[in-house]
Amino acid sequence: MTDQPSNFKRFVEVGRVVLLTSGPQAGHIAVIAEIIDHNRCPIRSHRPSSTAPQPACPAQSFPYRHLTLTPFVLTKLPRAAGSGIIRKHLEKEGTIEKWNKSAWAQKREAVEKRRKLNDFERFCVVLAKKQRRDTVRKAVKKASA
Amino acid sequence: MPLQEFQVVGRHLPTESEPSPKIYRMRIFAPNEVVAKSRFWYFLRRLDKVKKASGEIIGVNVIHEKKPLKVKNFGIWIRYDSRSGTHNMYKEFRELTRADAVKSLYQDMAARHRARFRSIHILRVVEIEKGDDVRRPYIKQLLTPRLKFPLPHRVGKSRSTFVAHRPSTF
Repeated sequence: MTDQPSNFKRFVEVGRVVLLTSGPQAGHIAVIAEIIDHNRCPIRSHRPSSTAPQPACPAQSFPYRHLTLTPFVLTKLPRAAGSGIIRKHLEKEGTIEKWNKSAWAQKREAVEKRRKLNDFERFCVVLAKKQRRDTVRKAVKKASA
Repeated sequence: MPLQEFQVVGRHLPTESEPSPKIYRMRIFAPNEVVAKSRFWYFLRRLDKVKKASGEIIGVNVIHEKKPLKVKNFGIWIRYDSRSGTHNMYKEFRELTRADAVKSLYQDMAARHRARFRSIHILRVVEIEKGDDVRRPYIKQLLTPRLKFPLPHRVGKSRSTFVAHRPSTF
């Protein structure tokens, strides 16, 4: 690879945390365990809770077209690591929590919530927006007066 | 259609002159059992004086991949018929299972040489243990340690013809 700083920030590499964007596990986070070729890589994922018997998505080969690279990497991950080692690394670096707290993940959550609102909740949103608009306008009026 | 690897075992029917004929075992890559058995007879006819009518298949079993989650480098030797002659070839593939590698091989031969399934004989499929034994540069480049590459200029599908902002390509 070049020695000069690359313009690219996110690389496909062993240990990169990725977001799966299509298929039955869309929306889940996984880790690139190895690189098969320029189209695919095997991924491993975490367990949704410490007592869940199954990981969030089964270990499988995944095409890059249906992945999005995140800025999170598990450094020091050996190549072709098994699920257990990856899970240990994930816990050690707390990557899942970091992801959940990131603005990206929270925006995704908010969008999901918005899509799932029922009619009453949408009405509550209207009222809340009205209230916010009211207080903001009042504060602006006071500041400019 | 995903290919599977079958173990087909068969022999000539026992006759008075030969009450226990030699048993042959072949590893065949085929989409299903029916095709596997058919290919078995096709190859056996070329090796021995036996055909489906004068022989019997003793068993057909699917051979599952021992470690389907381990990425392996496969070297495949083939003999194929082109339009003007028949040639030997050696190709390498990086896949998870033998069946996947053979599937890629068929796709590759169809694309590069217009060779159909019927014109290709798979002679050997071997997992290449050591990275040094890999012969082809397109596979060697994927074995460099700490390999990493960006995904430059990703073109996503846009939901509408006109959008307010230019899309980001990374």
